[in-house]
Amino acid sequence: MTGIVMPVNGEEVAPAKMSLRDLAAEAVAGIFARPGRTVLTVLGTVLGIGALVATLGVAKTAGNQIVGRFDELAATSVVVTNEQGFFFGPGGDSRIEIPADAESRLLRLNGVTAAGSFGSVEVGGALVRSVPIPDPLAQTEFQMSVYAASPGLLDAVRGDLATGRWFDWGHSERGDRIVVLGTGAAQRLNITRVDQQPVVFIGDDAYVVIGIVDSVRRQPELLNGLILPEGTARQEYGYTSATTVQIDVEIGAATLIAEQAAVALSPNEPTLLRVQKPPEPQDLRRDVEGDVNALFLVLGGVSLLVGAIGIANVTLVSVLERVGEIGLRRALGAARRHVAGQFLMESTAMGLVGGIIGASLGVLLVVGISAARTWTPVLDPVVPLVAPVVGAVTGLFAGLYPALRAAALEPVEALRSG
Amino acid sequence: MAPPGDDVVVPVVELRDVSRTFVAGDVSVPALRDVSMKVGQGEYVAVVGPSGSGKSTMLNLVGLLDRPSKGTYLFEGIDTSTLDEGQRAGLRSRRIGFVFQSFHILAHRTVIENVMLSTIYNGMPRSDRVPSAETSLLRVGLGNRMDFLPTKLSGGERQRVAIARALVTRPALLLADEPTGNLDSTTGGAMLGLFDELRADGLTLIVVTHDSQVSAHADRAIHLRDGRIEVLT
Repeated sequence: MTGIVMPVNGEEVAPAKMSLRDLAAEAVAGIFARPGRTVLTVLGTVLGIGALVATLGVAKTAGNQIVGRFDELAATSVVVTNEQGFFFGPGGDSRIEIPADAESRLLRLNGVTAAGSFGSVEVGGALVRSVPIPDPLAQTEFQMSVYAASPGLLDAVRGDLATGRWFDWGHSERGDRIVVLGTGAAQRLNITRVDQQPVVFIGDDAYVVIGIVDSVRRQPELLNGLILPEGTARQEYGYTSATTVQIDVEIGAATLIAEQAAVALSPNEPTLLRVQKPPEPQDLRRDVEGDVNALFLVLGGVSLLVGAIGIANVTLVSVLERVGEIGLRRALGAARRHVAGQFLMESTAMGLVGGIIGASLGVLLVVGISAARTWTPVLDPVVPLVAPVVGAVTGLFAGLYPALRAAALEPVEALRSG
Repeated sequence: MAPPGDDVVVPVVELRDVSRTFVAGDVSVPALRDVSMKVGQGEYVAVVGPSGSGKSTMLNLVGLLDRPSKGTYLFEGIDTSTLDEGQRAGLRSRRIGFVFQSFHILAHRTVIENVMLSTIYNGMPRSDRVPSAETSLLRVGLGNRMDFLPTKLSGGERQRVAIARALVTRPALLLADEPTGNLDSTTGGAMLGLFDELRADGLTLIVVTHDSQVSAHADRAIHLRDGRIEVLT
């Protein structure tokens, strides 16, 4: 074995290789080496992910619940008024008129099921009385509200008649001296039947009662007043314009009708009319979800951060504790990236497991809360699928620094201290 | 591989004027100074010397765990200064086996898993791993302990696990750092018997020791003192 050997360059020497499967197997073995500690480490991520999933689920469920309970009556009501507030002083009243044919204009809109207008009638302080009954103790004359209404109003306010009938266009156009009483007004005037055509007096003018309204679902002030046909009020009291238009719309049409109604009623100056529409269901749901989310997402985020710090901490301790093992692996042929890869994979796997358990617990929590409240649990299917990924990414980032520390160890040093 | 001439046998290890200096702050401590030596195929060499003489430094250099500050190290004819970190790791995984004084056995893995640890870094096909590990454990006489946890083994048995782990990849060179240091004389003696057998099988062995009994078994001993080769017998 003598002679001078010419050195050979090592370009053809193959670098160390390690299959991904082996890397994963080593990472899993590392995790299970200390099961108790792993469980405690994973707990942080479980809480963080669980809180996030539960928050998103409960928010969505609650939001849906509120929309579910949403009042069908309110959702189908659009009210247009021409009240302009009090700064339009005497003489400067710029209220625009609601046209007399408001009803037919609105009924042409697709989505409107009923419409009717009404307004107060100025009767000059006249008192209302019925045919006097000789009873010295009873009051017989009352100050009462008198309304003028269009024929479609009864349907628009979803009213029911106790007896008699509601007036129609014929009554209004002829200016018939007839009246419909609200149930409150009828009681005070001691009128319960209309089959004998009772008469009430407004001041000295007599009106035949043709019907009594038992109940209305909207505009309840009508129940305490006398309701005249618009034409009658115009003829007898110089009534000019309704102040309120009640529109009954199909479910889901409220927003559209609210936009169209003002234009239909006042094509020149639609903005002068005030339109009240029900809150948009989507807006409402978003508001509720937003309120719940903002608070608890912060909490979930904080617990996830704590979980990440926990993983980082334990992985770092584990690196310091396993310095000898790292040295051994380097001596056995592990490259730096294999060592880094193993610790990264361990922390990522812990994050992933934490994410899966956390997502499961979060879903259970949502179902539990829903069951307790008899709600319908609603959860975006993306949430429980993405949650474990979030956990894994958390673990990955948490393991970054410890893994780099492990890879930076010099094998000689590592073997000596291990 | 080197293209040697017909009359030239490439030594497994050749150090040419190798120095290793550790720098700590402003102080530089020379651990090896201008060491030159060759270890041929199938040789059994003991490296002896007092503590701090540079024995471990030399072993780390030879094992490609460390790089010389100066000089050339040829491993099987390859100039190791031309290798990058990954290639050095590759050579360690395929050509070199280590046995450490403190064994470095993973306590949570069974004996056979510990032995198979070296196979995952050297590209051995998965199906060969268990048979190779079994063969290797039988070779060191631990055929009946394969599924034990290392915590249930004696010191001598653990050292045998470490040797089996070093042998499983069929390396060209076995490096042992004080292999009997943590063993009593009986088990230490058994260990030396095992080394003799390995050497008879044609393995190249470099053993760092201050145990004269160990060096007596070797073909020759390299005596180190203050980082220099004192006697080359």
